Amino acid sequence: MAIKTEPFILNMGPQHPSTHGVFRMRVTLDGEVIVDLEPVIGYLHRGIEKMGENRTYTQIIPLTDRLDYVASMINNFAYVLAVEKLAGIEIPERAEYLRIIMAETMRISSHLMAVGFFLNDLGAMMTPVLYMWREREKLLDLYEMVCGQRLTYNYMRIGGVSHDVPEEFLPALKKFVAEMPGFINEYDQLLAQNEILLVRSKGVGILPRDTAINTAASGPVLRASGVKWDLRKADPYSIYDRFDFEIPVGTVGDNYDRYWVRMQEMRQSVRILEQAIAQLPEGEVCARVPHLLRPPIGEVYGHIEGPKGELGFYLVSDNSIAPYRFRIRPPTLINLTALKDMVVGWKVADLIITFGSIDVCLGEIDR
Amino acid sequence: MKFERYGIGIAKGMALTFKHLFRPPITVQYPEEKLVVSRRIRGNELVWLLDRCTGCATCAKSCPQGNIEIVTHLSSENNYVVDKFEVDTGRCMFCGLCVEACPFDALAMGRSYERAQYRRRDVILSKEQLLISDIRQPSGYARPKIEASLPKQSLLIYWDRKEGGQKLSWLGLSKKRGRGV
Amino acid sequence: MTLLEQFQLWLVNIWPGWAAYIVPGIVGIVIVLGFLLVMVLVFIWYERRLLGRFQVRLGPNRLGPEGIFQPIATAVKILLKEDIIPAKSDKVIHWLAPVIVFVPVLMIFAVVPFGQRAILADLNVGIVYVVAISSISAVGIYMAGWASNNKYGLIAALRVVAQVVSYELPVVLAILGVVLMAGSLSMTQIVASQNIPFLILQPLGFVIFFLGTVAEMNRSPFDLLEADSEIVAGYHIEYSGMKFAMFFLGEYGHALAYSCIIATLFLGGWQGPLLPPILWFLIKVMAVFSVIVWMRATLPRLRVDQLMGFAWKGLLPMAVINLFIIAAEVLWLSELTPWLMVAVNFVFAGVLVLLWSKLFTLGGGRVEV
Repeated sequence: MAIKTEPFILNMGPQHPSTHGVFRMRVTLDGEVIVDLEPVIGYLHRGIEKMGENRTYTQIIPLTDRLDYVASMINNFAYVLAVEKLAGIEIPERAEYLRIIMAETMRISSHLMAVGFFLNDLGAMMTPVLYMWREREKLLDLYEMVCGQRLTYNYMRIGGVSHDVPEEFLPALKKFVAEMPGFINEYDQLLAQNEILLVRSKGVGILPRDTAINTAASGPVLRASGVKWDLRKADPYSIYDRFDFEIPVGTVGDNYDRYWVRMQEMRQSVRILEQAIAQLPEGEVCARVPHLLRPPIGEVYGHIEGPKGELGFYLVSDNSIAPYRFRIRPPTLINLTALKDMVVGWKVADLIITFGSIDVCLGEIDR
Repeated sequence: MKFERYGIGIAKGMALTFKHLFRPPITVQYPEEKLVVSRRIRGNELVWLLDRCTGCATCAKSCPQGNIEIVTHLSSENNYVVDKFEVDTGRCMFCGLCVEACPFDALAMGRSYERAQYRRRDVILSKEQLLISDIRQPSGYARPKIEASLPKQSLLIYWDRKEGGQKLSWLGLSKKRGRGV
Repeated sequence: MTLLEQFQLWLVNIWPGWAAYIVPGIVGIVIVLGFLLVMVLVFIWYERRLLGRFQVRLGPNRLGPEGIFQPIATAVKILLKEDIIPAKSDKVIHWLAPVIVFVPVLMIFAVVPFGQRAILADLNVGIVYVVAISSISAVGIYMAGWASNNKYGLIAALRVVAQVVSYELPVVLAILGVVLMAGSLSMTQIVASQNIPFLILQPLGFVIFFLGTVAEMNRSPFDLLEADSEIVAGYHIEYSGMKFAMFFLGEYGHALAYSCIIATLFLGGWQGPLLPPILWFLIKVMAVFSVIVWMRATLPRLRVDQLMGFAWKGLLPMAVINLFIIAAEVLWLSELTPWLMVAVNFVFAGVLVLLWSKLFTLGGGRVEV
């Protein structure tokens, strides 16, 4: 006699210890197996795009800090690049190198947090988190030395960066860069061959290559599925064409590959940092830009390769002191649209870790 | 890459955790031990230098939120006298744009990060509360002369427990713990 | 002749019959309960400090010197909470479930030998008693899940029962290996026959027993059902106050009980060169518990079907083969030096683990590994 079953809808609500922020999912389950998934977002909407239309171009920079609050300077960098492209401003060499140094250390910091919390969702009881946050604290100390804050930096300006680095910054950064490969090897020793991690994440949550390209995924999610696409090489912005680094590409696109791609990207970031510190020239750090900038009428889309994907800003200017339209392309929102394909057919425990491996940040999904 | 499956990955991970037993812990026992903050810290307060301010209100115009309220009147010597200089530090995000904008270096960020109050109206600070004092020192953000006179920041890269803060016993902890500080 | 029986013989000369019968029992029970409760508090403190040291941080160190009053503060906090009973639950079962989970833990300590003659009841079927009593807790867990009137609690409770029952089998088979080599079921006899600790004589049996008891205690890496990052909070989701304290104590009591059993069966109990026996016993128990905390600090969790697969496809066949090998050795090799058995056992353990690792497929066929 067959037992009649029917699927039921489970609500993993906005308050949950392992959705990284206020994110709600309505999951249709058949027993334990997931049949359908519907994400509900908007719990952290603050109207940043609307607020941007009422502020001058310089006053928007603190607003962009609050988008992806884990790696704030990357958001600053993307926005400032877009405005400079629109207004046609040249920036000094030292400012370019400082921006690259900040961007690559931000990438390391964001990946440390992503990998740490991926393992926390797997159940490793905060140990990898605390080891990785020890390095992240060193980075946050370095940022505090330069711009005075640890989370929302407001460091980049249109035309360069706001302050020059103090003289104790470079020795401390060199020490950090010298120690970091040793720490990354330690994380690999802790995790890369761990059988429990392998059995829970290998082959789980596969994102096929074609689906990844069709959903416009970007960042480590795309590269883990086998597509060798990185904006730093495909459409070089700033001075990335002067550095020598590789792009790690995964094979299958499961959770383990996304974790592995992030660890390898950290190593490549350390490589870029060593080259940038060696090549850092003297000079000014900010070009002379009018206090209230009025770009010519037009529109621009400026994008960079952030740690979570392609972060882009679309600005429309009507020659006044505030933009006419300020639109943000959030990488994790676009990556999140692929979540349903990755998760259907798996169990609820796998849903949580697959969601953790995409590495969302609700600040930029909801804006 | 080749995966060995007979437990060697778990054994290597456990060996690393065991090695960490012998590393000194990195906890800073707040409030008895505090790290020295950066010379350029944008703390949770603003410091107003009365004798330099001319009432031009450039800071108020450059604030993204509109937190600064300035009321002035024209005095007999043809300069502005500031009647009201009120900052709503509850809404302020301490971005520092006002400090960078001031042409006379009359406004500075503070160094303290322990400025919580019990009532919302206590964080709207008027001009007497914003003046410089013993507990309200300016930081070096965008003020190179003040920055040169401050001590260097203690960094976790160089953190040595014996140098940055002494090892506190239980009696030491209980004696130093004050009330309401 | 245990110490308590000797005490009883001395008392018979002084007091009438029924007093001499009851008083030694009460004295023994008080001592064992005192040991249990004090050691559970010590374990709670020790686990939190040790977990902190593994994670490069200090553990709790504010309440009392080095934080030794922290478990008392935890207990007081739990006791002060309101005891909420869900409206449509079965009140009798809701009240009985914590009792049935906690009491078998107390009863295990009746047969744990703390010294040469210091044991509460020298049963000649000691280890069978332990196995039987420890299965009763599973019934209590199921009652807790049923009485919560919450479908997620019920699902979690059913899974815990399935986990406990599946891991009983390899555990019992590993115990049988020990019993064969010791020649008796009584706990004092098992300790007395360990000139070389059974850890070295039966490495595979030790590993199977250790992993099986970690799974029975619902500790990491097998604690999917109590984790707070999963969808449910487990079978004790509707309990608060003193009843939750009983579950909490029961979990640490289980940890203590199984650590004592491992120390007795595999590490040689109270035997040791210089120090008094009770001190050696405590050192061995703390060492076993430290390894359990070390595993909790390092390893992520297994999913529920992988957990069951590990028990039925991994541990159970290895336990059966282990039993055959030990039986063969006891039959043919027991006259020769025991170090020959050590060598043979290590070789077999290595061969079996490598063979079973070939069966361990990753990727589920979807991925080339």
